[in-house]
Amino acid sequence: MPSQLPPPVHQLPKALTGIRGFDEITRGGLPRGRPTLVCGGPGSGKTLLALTFLVNGAVLFDEPGVLLTFEESAEEMADDVASLGFDLPGLIAAKKMAVDYVRVERSEIEETGEYDLEGLFVRLAHAIRTVGAKRVVLDTIESLFAGLKNETILRSELRRLFRWLKDQGVTAVITGERGEGLLTRQGLEEYVSDAVILLDHRVHDQVSTRRLRVVKYRGSYHGTNEYPFLINADGVSVLPVSSLALQHHAPLERVSSGIAPLDDMLSGKGFYRGSTILVSGTAGTGKTSLSAHFLDAACRRGERCLCFLFEESPQQLLRNMRSIGIDLEPWVAAGLLQFHADRPSRYGLETHLATMHHVVAEFKPSVIVIDPVTNLMTVGTSADVQAMLTRIIDHLKTENITAMLASLAPGQNAIERTETTISSLMDTWIVLANEAVGGRHRRGLYVLKSRGMAHSNELREFVLTDHGLHVLDETGVPYGPSRVDYRPEEVGQHAGV
Amino acid sequence: MPVFDGAAAMPAPAEQTYELRLYVAGQTPKSVLALANLRHICETHLHGRYEIEVIDLMENPQLAQGDQILAVPTLVRRLPEPIKKIIGDLSNTERVLVGLDLRVRA
Repeated sequence: MPSQLPPPVHQLPKALTGIRGFDEITRGGLPRGRPTLVCGGPGSGKTLLALTFLVNGAVLFDEPGVLLTFEESAEEMADDVASLGFDLPGLIAAKKMAVDYVRVERSEIEETGEYDLEGLFVRLAHAIRTVGAKRVVLDTIESLFAGLKNETILRSELRRLFRWLKDQGVTAVITGERGEGLLTRQGLEEYVSDAVILLDHRVHDQVSTRRLRVVKYRGSYHGTNEYPFLINADGVSVLPVSSLALQHHAPLERVSSGIAPLDDMLSGKGFYRGSTILVSGTAGTGKTSLSAHFLDAACRRGERCLCFLFEESPQQLLRNMRSIGIDLEPWVAAGLLQFHADRPSRYGLETHLATMHHVVAEFKPSVIVIDPVTNLMTVGTSADVQAMLTRIIDHLKTENITAMLASLAPGQNAIERTETTISSLMDTWIVLANEAVGGRHRRGLYVLKSRGMAHSNELREFVLTDHGLHVLDETGVPYGPSRVDYRPEEVGQHAGV
Repeated sequence: MPVFDGAAAMPAPAEQTYELRLYVAGQTPKSVLALANLRHICETHLHGRYEIEVIDLMENPQLAQGDQILAVPTLVRRLPEPIKKIIGDLSNTERVLVGLDLRVRA
């Protein structure tokens, strides 16, 4: 087929970086035995990326490494990365890493006549031999331009150095400072032509975002997009942390919504496990109540549930749900239900995403609720939000986690229009609506879509009572198993029938 | 303030001994030339009060780190302090003398 790329005839050997997400977008890591240029502005995370590659090599892949640092001493470097859990002194003592600090002070040096940088080669070769290095990091070799006057010699020696690194068969990372109109200030990209990675650090609406892009990767397919690049207590990672290929399982197992009549509307069995459900409606339509039923039912089945709150505190939610007869507190006490409340504006989108990934990986829930997902949209542009939600949903599907996302629609008429950015990602979409009839608000719900099942297209009225959400039948009477609990005076009181 | 013309040597303290180290990497034409140039300069300007130690990094690579050697040949003036470094084949006598503080910068 013309639209498909041919399979790679010869797959370039690669060296895994062990950096979450990075090995996926480069399909296996950095080109083995070749130098890679990592460039970016100050504070973009070049050094951390390079060091993580090196430390992971020594710790995870039995590939010792050499760090040649031009800007910071070995001690300063060790201090910098200790917070990420890297034990440089330990690795050095175990002969898994060697660090050499190359300091060039122009004021101390007089230049007279011909010279070369053989001293640098000797030091590097010695360090490589000492630990049997397979990986090398030069951070940041451009500092040499500040220390030495003869640029002609310097450039020809750098060219020789990069060729020499290839001859040594080491996988090398060379960091470079971003320059005006150039990838690096000194045009290092001219010498390192196998792979170039660009890091970017920008601020949008006072929220800082780091991005990573693979500018060039000779002889290999790679993702060409900009990917969020994260630095946190767990080290560096690139999102997506899972691949974006549409290859999830499509389980046939069904899970109850916790509301029997709603299950009936979903061809009698509820949601598919691992599917993503959007619950949208204007303020006060009962989105949170619906989610609470869903959580309660999952906990009753003994499943672990995670609830991300972006508007209310867990205490508020527990209190409010108790008032409609749903007591979630015992599930929290039993360790089946966990809340995570955060202000959306507290971090950038990718940090939220990373936090979610992290919490999901730790708690291993089978059900999650995000309430309301729309509050996240205040943090970034709609394209960013969609990209982020795609990644979350993709990840949840891969993990077979059923997710319910509450979405707050701004106005009565805009309900179906406003969620176009995310609705296409959803398997099931339930719309909640308020309607003023005869001087009273009446609540209604309908299933706008539900992939892979014959769902009801009826609009059903429901009431919120002090023992939960009750869907009414055509005659305005609650139906289904909940009919037993039904007390007519409440229906009249809440729904105005 | 005394004024020196370009050719006049700076009066170095007579008692001061110069401790010099020349770092090379193998017997290359550059290193042979550098050593010859250095010997000539020392005989002319520091007669009887200098020591030259030649270190071949090909034989002792671990010594490059201590003196922060990057370029070869590199001449290091270890004494008198402060430490001075002159890189290159030492073919420009004027600049070597300036680098060793035996002559003020023109």
